[in-house]
Amino acid sequence: MGETRAMTSNTLGASSGDFPPFRQKHLLSIADLQQHEIIDLLDRAERMVPVSRQERKSHPTLSGKTQINLFFEPSTRTQGSFEIAGKRLGALVMNMSVKSSSVSKGETLIDTAATLNAMRPDVIVVRHSAAGAVELLSQKVGCSVINAGDGAHEHPTQALLDALTIRNHKGRISGLTVAICGDIANSRVVRSNLLLLGALNVRTRVIAPRNLLPAGIEQLATEVFTDMRAGLKDVDVVMMLRLQHERANGKMIPSVREYYRFYGLDAEKLSHAKPDAIVMHPGPMNRGVEIDPAIADGPASVITDQVEMGVAVRMAVLDALLPAGRES
Amino acid sequence: MSSVLLIKNARIVDPASGMDSPGAVLVRDGVIAEAAYGQTIATPEGAQVIDARGLILSPGLIDMRVFTGEPGKEYRETLQSAGEAAAAGGVTSFVMMPDTAPVVDDGALVDFLIRRAKATSKVNVLPAAAMTKGLAGQEITEFGLLQEAGAVCLTDGRHSVQSSSMLRTIMSYAANYGLTVVHHLSDDGLTSDGVMNEGLFATVLGLKGIPREAETIPLARDLQLAALTGVRYHAAQISCAASVELLAAAKKRNRNVTAGVSINNLALNENDIGRYRTFFKLSTPLRSEDDRQAVIEGLRSGAIDTIHSDHDPQDTEVKRQPFAEASDGAIGLETLLAAALRLVHSGQVELLAVLRAMTSRPAEILGLAAGRIAPGAPADLILFDLDYPWQVNEKAIRSRSRNTSFEGARLAGKVMYTLVGGQIVYTHSEENQGRD
Repeated sequence: MGETRAMTSNTLGASSGDFPPFRQKHLLSIADLQQHEIIDLLDRAERMVPVSRQERKSHPTLSGKTQINLFFEPSTRTQGSFEIAGKRLGALVMNMSVKSSSVSKGETLIDTAATLNAMRPDVIVVRHSAAGAVELLSQKVGCSVINAGDGAHEHPTQALLDALTIRNHKGRISGLTVAICGDIANSRVVRSNLLLLGALNVRTRVIAPRNLLPAGIEQLATEVFTDMRAGLKDVDVVMMLRLQHERANGKMIPSVREYYRFYGLDAEKLSHAKPDAIVMHPGPMNRGVEIDPAIADGPASVITDQVEMGVAVRMAVLDALLPAGRES
Repeated sequence: MSSVLLIKNARIVDPASGMDSPGAVLVRDGVIAEAAYGQTIATPEGAQVIDARGLILSPGLIDMRVFTGEPGKEYRETLQSAGEAAAAGGVTSFVMMPDTAPVVDDGALVDFLIRRAKATSKVNVLPAAAMTKGLAGQEITEFGLLQEAGAVCLTDGRHSVQSSSMLRTIMSYAANYGLTVVHHLSDDGLTSDGVMNEGLFATVLGLKGIPREAETIPLARDLQLAALTGVRYHAAQISCAASVELLAAAKKRNRNVTAGVSINNLALNENDIGRYRTFFKLSTPLRSEDDRQAVIEGLRSGAIDTIHSDHDPQDTEVKRQPFAEASDGAIGLETLLAAALRLVHSGQVELLAVLRAMTSRPAEILGLAAGRIAPGAPADLILFDLDYPWQVNEKAIRSRSRNTSFEGARLAGKVMYTLVGGQIVYTHSEENQGRD
């Protein structure tokens, strides 16, 4: 233990004790956060980055705590990211994937909440296909709850990791222009990002065919474009979104090839952005659907950095919600 | 032996005659025998007397859209429990939607319901019959036999017939029997998996929206088919400004079309959903504040004829769910009058107009003798205190389900006596302590 503590303090230079207490119990939505809380979480995450880069990837501030990852929707990267984050902080992490029929989904949610609550976890990380489901669950348990994605509503840790990635590459966030392109209507990533970037004074643009733009979007983003080249003009950051294959079956979008022609990110379209623009994607990517593989794997891409920042952000959020010594 | 009841010192408000005046009403054997305005009536020997000083006497409310759980889902609501709720809310008659298990699409079921209601319900239950078998929108039901059995109108309840040719068939056959077709408006393709009003708020919540056109497109079609067939047509419930315009235009040409509005769309708007409050998830969704103001104006102008509760009992199992997965519907029998009186207290609609929409207009549309204070009419009457303040308390709800969208709401106006067929079926004074 002594060795760990020494190493920790040497490597990090500081522990989470240096930050003022984080006042929120849950992380359900970016909309619940003040600007200073967002910046606080980004700063905390910045301090967590070295933990994962050192040989012994351990910073056991959550030792003795129990974290449950409750995923009603399949996810590999988000669930894995939360699991690694919890384990590097020394928490006992349990993964629960709940396969639920559409008929009994909600019943499973409330019942599962009561069951898990009785096991006295300290934090539950939840993903659910229905907007508002995570908040509903948070009302039924005594511990902290982290939203890992609820329907088309929010995915707050994704927006935080995107912001951290941008800050690392651009040195700042305020004053930048960020374009988000793709299935805006059905994306929780967009909503969390527009809220977070808006709170940090970023000019936000959304780019999509009209069929994939939700009502009222012009009040959520600074600008709305249906032409990708116009939308990408002089932007600092390009965020691409995954297009679900089932939307390109003629019901919403005629075909993948037409979508790619007009809304897929290739070198020519990217050339309209600033020369030093970075390209992001929350994953999982559909190469050749929304993005040219050469761009996804090219010099402008910071997609793997996003994954790395994801672990740091989730560690920071867990650490902020569950400070050492606080009883849940 | 005849029973005689005298209600004196009342402020009589009778929308059918347009009267709003002090007076007295004499009830004999369940029927209104005499209504005296500006004077009193000598107390007949042996008469029961209600001194209605400070109270308004009006016809009992006729609620054109009530869902029950009987038969099939008695744990949500029975005719008996709905009757208790109705009596406490001043509703002396309600039209029962056919969306039950089994569906009310057969004369025998109408007959059963009427007899069952007589045996168990304090208020008049008026069964509406399904216009398509199983509410499936595919085959028409036996309109003539259903009417003979006692069905007061035809409707597919919360279902909307999608095929224009099927609707034409329904309307022309209903016209044959003089039956009113009451139709819920939903273009199911546009409604799709929407769960609330389409717009910024739905987008922020990450919920699928229902565009107003899902209502206005079927309404425009229905109004044209109503003109084509000559049927008596009633748009079940409208929610937006564009529908008010369509109705106002159609009514200039066709006197046989009418429309209703749910109290929810008059009293609430989409912002009440807040953070996924499922008691505000309704099958005609709450719209914007502009739309709410437009339907209030529609009520004032006469484009909208009736106000109903859209009473729809749902249990916690189906309501305590993520918003998109929760059932639609809210109860409303007990709060209908007080919520409607908000429009009076705010000065937006005259008392006579608000009461007309819940008494004489529904009676005219359905061809009922009730809904008016006139000799010979059934003594379905309410006495209410226009200003009585109270707060909606979930624990005091008489309905078997508690999904009220007015939980905690402060309301002014309360029924003190409810009479059905001359019998007092509810008095406020004897049970107000601890309940309200």
